[in-house]
Amino acid sequence: MRSLEELKAIKEKAEKTISVRENTGASTITVAMGTCGISNGAREVLTAVIEELNTRGLANIHVTQTGCPGLCHKEPIVTVTVPGKNPYMYGKVTPENVKKIIVQHIVNNQPVTEWLVNLEE
Amino acid sequence: MEFYRSHVLVCAGTGCTSSDSQLVRRELLKQLAEKGLDKEIKVVETGCFGFCNLGPIMVVYPEGTFYCQVKTQDVNEIVEEHFIKGRPVQRLLYHEPDKETRTLEFDNIEFFRHQKRVALANCGHINPEVIEEYIARDGYFALAKVLHEMTPQEVIDVIKKSGLRGRGGGGFPTGVKWEFASKSQGDQKYVVCNADEGDPGAFMDRSVLEGDPHAVLEAMAIAGYAIGANQGYIYVRAEYPIAVERLQTAIKQARELGLLGKNIFSKGFDFDIDIRLGAGAFVCGEETALLTSIEGRRGEPRPRPPFPAVAGLWGKPTIINNVETFANVPPIIRNGWEWFASMGTEKSKGTKVFALAGKINNTGLIEVPMGTTLRTIIYDIGGGIPKGKKFKAAQTGGPSGGCIPAELLDIEIDYDNLTAIGSMMGSGGLIVMDEDNCMVDIARFFLEFTQDESCGKCPPCRIGTKRMLEILTKITEGKGTPEDLTNLETLAKTIKNASLCGLGQTAPNPVLSTLRYFRHEYEAHIYDKKCPAGVCQALLTYKILAEKCRGCGLCARNCPTNAISGKVKEPYVIDVEKCIKCGACLEKCKFAAVIKE
Repeated sequence: MRSLEELKAIKEKAEKTISVRENTGASTITVAMGTCGISNGAREVLTAVIEELNTRGLANIHVTQTGCPGLCHKEPIVTVTVPGKNPYMYGKVTPENVKKIIVQHIVNNQPVTEWLVNLEE
Repeated sequence: MEFYRSHVLVCAGTGCTSSDSQLVRRELLKQLAEKGLDKEIKVVETGCFGFCNLGPIMVVYPEGTFYCQVKTQDVNEIVEEHFIKGRPVQRLLYHEPDKETRTLEFDNIEFFRHQKRVALANCGHINPEVIEEYIARDGYFALAKVLHEMTPQEVIDVIKKSGLRGRGGGGFPTGVKWEFASKSQGDQKYVVCNADEGDPGAFMDRSVLEGDPHAVLEAMAIAGYAIGANQGYIYVRAEYPIAVERLQTAIKQARELGLLGKNIFSKGFDFDIDIRLGAGAFVCGEETALLTSIEGRRGEPRPRPPFPAVAGLWGKPTIINNVETFANVPPIIRNGWEWFASMGTEKSKGTKVFALAGKINNTGLIEVPMGTTLRTIIYDIGGGIPKGKKFKAAQTGGPSGGCIPAELLDIEIDYDNLTAIGSMMGSGGLIVMDEDNCMVDIARFFLEFTQDESCGKCPPCRIGTKRMLEILTKITEGKGTPEDLTNLETLAKTIKNASLCGLGQTAPNPVLSTLRYFRHEYEAHIYDKKCPAGVCQALLTYKILAEKCRGCGLCARNCPTNAISGKVKEPYVIDVEKCIKCGACLEKCKFAAVIKE
């Protein structure tokens, strides 16, 4: 180890790996994985979420699953929760528009209104 | 850098490993791969979570779902339900002892809620075999800080002001010890980590070494900088194979990254660490015996002074600290002495790790602020005494310690309070006893241990503990006389005053403290020839209660000495002359008609 900078660089890189385990007020992307969701392609959506986060190297974002929220006709459903804000629920999500949701909502903090199921702020 | 949506932490400490956590982990990896989830879900091996009686333990993040006693046949359900459908498997969640509900998150479990983790902060959270995970949790930043910003004297001052005291049992102020060594003259100095944990029931050092080995390495390097040493030794017992393996891995990784070795952080500071294996002799935990053992000789203590800080390993100034003491050092440097000194009591700062064992629902490892009451530890964290039995005593400090009776349950645990009541902190073993434990028998057990482990160098310890053990055995066999109590006390005082090392000096403690709080039990054995707790076989008689006996004859059929006779459907009788008190009849009787008294 030659310098503090070197140690910091290792830390930054490694922090991303273990951020899943830290309760640091991270944003959460929840994919509904009830029977209805899965049969409508929720699995592919989930995979796309992980791929996108991976490509962009986004850390401190939790990806979780939940059961059917009751809006079966809107499946696959993805909910994005940014700490301190109301959760936004997206309906009829496809692997393609998941990428846009991540870029616009998570990175630029602008919810994609056109696919929202709930609109109350 | 791969992103995983979920991390599954599987405990790989000794406790969980012995209940097959490795098989569970392998099954999990296999099934995740089969389902194509291995790129989404990462399986991480960690150190001990502390909840050892519920192993194997598995925690799923980001939710923090806490699964216990996971078997290989449960893996399929976890994968199908939790990882594919996002529904936690209810039946594997933790169940509080006296409540109906199951607890989903790790942080909400009573056992963890009352704890404050400093030395164990990383145990159960990081993979101890990946140095980057330690660095991600600010690992090696304390070493960077001392090398960049502090003089050796400043480091010593911070440790002194923090109030950290030796966690191995002595409770000597760590900073003061470092200062002695730093002021000692010598061309070569050493830093030694005492990882020769030998107290019956204690396993906190093993857990730190297994769960967070880098914390110890980092602290040793800091100590080396503070006193001017460039070589460290970790003396660890060979009975801790997982700890030894993780330490070896950790040292190798630290050397590869240049965190051990030459010119660390380009600051001209060299420090390296080697491991020395002990053969598991209790006396080798005593610092002078430990040093002798590292030097390659028979591990026997020598008189102090000179203290190791003046003349230690090969006659050079040496500091010896226990594993848990070291584990506290990096957080103190990172967070400041004020942070550490804000926890605990006036004279005992910080937290203490305890190994809970014996008659307690939650056996395992806990860390609480100094000054936490015994009641909180036993009832809130430990979940109380199993089967609704009554608490009788807590034994702290291992063979050198003493018993705390029920009337002192509200005592705030710190070094001085424990000493004041005739016990001691020791390394932090805490063995809980209920109404079924005989205190004379407990004293005999600990004496047997020290007698066995006495190195034999000095007569008070070698012969004195032998004589004490003989008297105790005599009492438990019902052959005790009133003079025995006087003799025990005289022997105890002599051994305390005349023994060479700390082990001999403290060996009589279990006897003295049980005599202090449970003298009536000794007297019952001697005068009434009774064992009130029903433990000492020689003093028990087995009887069949005629009104409860249905005359089934099961007891008679199971009696190995044909001591039970009777007719079917009539009450049976035990012949006390023939009875060998094996208890087979009591165990077999379906009507609770057999009693011992």
